[in-house]
Amino acid sequence: MRQTEALVEPLTHIWAPVVLTLELATVTTIALLVIATPLAWWLARSRAWWREGVAAVVSLPVVLPPTVLGFYLLVALGPSGPGGAVASLWGARTLAFTFTGLVIGSMVASMPFVVQPIRNAFAAMGDRPLEVAATLRASPARAFWTVALPLASPGLLTGAVLGFAHTIGEFGVILMIGGNIPGRTRVMSTAIFDLVETMQWREANILAGGMVAFAFAVILSMILLEKRFARARA
Amino acid sequence: MTADGAIRAAFRGAVGKFFLDAAFTAPARGVTALFGPSGCGKTTVLRCVAGLLRLPDGFCSIDGEVWQDKNNAFAPTYRRPIGYVFQEPSLFPHLTVRRNLLYGAPRGGVGARSIAFGDVVDLLGAALLLDRSPRNLSGGERQRVAIGRALLSQPKLLLMDEPLSALDRAAKEEIAPFIERLRDRHLLPIVYVSHDIAEVERLADHVVLMEKGRVIASGPLSDVESDLSLPLARAFDAGVSLNGVVEAYDADYGLLTLSVRGGRVVSPARAGAVGETRRIRIAARDVSLARERPGPSSILNVLPARLVSVRQVDLNEIVAALALGEEGVGERLLARVTRKSWEALELAGGAPVYAQVKAVALGAAQDRAEE
Repeated sequence: MRQTEALVEPLTHIWAPVVLTLELATVTTIALLVIATPLAWWLARSRAWWREGVAAVVSLPVVLPPTVLGFYLLVALGPSGPGGAVASLWGARTLAFTFTGLVIGSMVASMPFVVQPIRNAFAAMGDRPLEVAATLRASPARAFWTVALPLASPGLLTGAVLGFAHTIGEFGVILMIGGNIPGRTRVMSTAIFDLVETMQWREANILAGGMVAFAFAVILSMILLEKRFARARA
Repeated sequence: MTADGAIRAAFRGAVGKFFLDAAFTAPARGVTALFGPSGCGKTTVLRCVAGLLRLPDGFCSIDGEVWQDKNNAFAPTYRRPIGYVFQEPSLFPHLTVRRNLLYGAPRGGVGARSIAFGDVVDLLGAALLLDRSPRNLSGGERQRVAIGRALLSQPKLLLMDEPLSALDRAAKEEIAPFIERLRDRHLLPIVYVSHDIAEVERLADHVVLMEKGRVIASGPLSDVESDLSLPLARAFDAGVSLNGVVEAYDADYGLLTLSVRGGRVVSPARAGAVGETRRIRIAARDVSLARERPGPSSILNVLPARLVSVRQVDLNEIVAALALGEEGVGERLLARVTRKSWEALELAGGAPVYAQVKAVALGAAQDRAEE
């Protein structure tokens, strides 16, 4: 009896962060696609002079140390920031140290990896397909749904995979705004940190090895997908 | 505004470094060619008519329906009943041929005067291709599908931007007869952009001649061709294109007799039914002139005409415009002769003259056009 418990206990210990990580990455990726697609569309097609300024802001997380990003996010999500104001709508005090906060933080951190491939895909198709659609009586909305989105689907897929993978791999921002609370904000990357701190090498090994395998699978599938799209386009 | 049977367009403004100031009126039937050298603004005008480009100082109306006026009215492209065929077929790569064809087709019922899917497929010979991806089609096949797709959106005006120029010769020969059939069926008016005079002579009824962003002439094809003040008539390979009605076909000699306004022309040609319309091109270089009706000769076409105007094209050659018929009220013809023979003729404006055209030359010209 004691023995089984000893075996099961560390597994749930590992399993909880894995499930939470997958939940976080899934929700973040879906939310990002909804927000990044119109943003990428605007960046690819707008002629506004401040367009590249917006693009630079979106790309900031690529360059900034996660601690800097995490710090500002913590302030923004905290009781005196806009996040606190939103949280007060349902009687909470803060969005920091919550799952919602993690989703928002992950979205900001992963945004550039989703926006860039989608923007490139929209830009690469050029004006012609949309002009053709317009001459065939398609309203701008119909042209977007039936022509632009399908033609940009390789970019959308790339963006989704990169966004998902980057969210899973994010550590610094999560630690800053999530606080590593077991079952609530402890994801795989922070769990490994914790396991190593407490000298649980075996569990750390399992999680770390899993993430290496995952990263390998993601990158390999990206390469294969891109090859396939290149062939299909030729 | 009420239906006026005309395409009216006037666009003025800068497009990048290029300045466009083009205005023309053309009949809202048959094929109107926008013709001129590359970079003269033909495509820009076509894009303005389609609403793909908006110059604030513009006007565009088709048969009384105003799409753009100077009071800032502007119908966006998707609200204009046009079909547009681009230089490159631009099919949607993610859709099958069938779904490409049907992309612009009105959902639900179509009216009685509409272009049916089956008809277009027949016309295009695209039946075998329907479930394929556009990626697997040849250039000519793609352009056929693009034309069919434009037609199935039930346009009231078809705009074609050099639809043949990106194709090789064999593919051109697939598409050109199709555009001729389209014209001859009078389904809808076509505005056709081209820089190739041979295409214009073959397909157009009306020509809008452009140069450096301006319209320098607009009129029926043979009028523009035979206007000595325009560069076309002075070109070495100038000529006029006439629509003739088949009067007879002599199968024994393989000769077709066509009646044109003010005369009758005999030419070697493939058989045609009496009453059928044929287009024939008479090159200025193939026409010689005589003051009096010549005696027996090998020349089959001796056409009485009157001299309209004359112009020296270089040091030693002149080109003369003639009007066919004893009274000189028929079709125009061009004759290019040496200055020496011209001076020997001593002709004055309005003088009666006999234009002689070797039938063999006409046959050769037709063969070239149909190659």
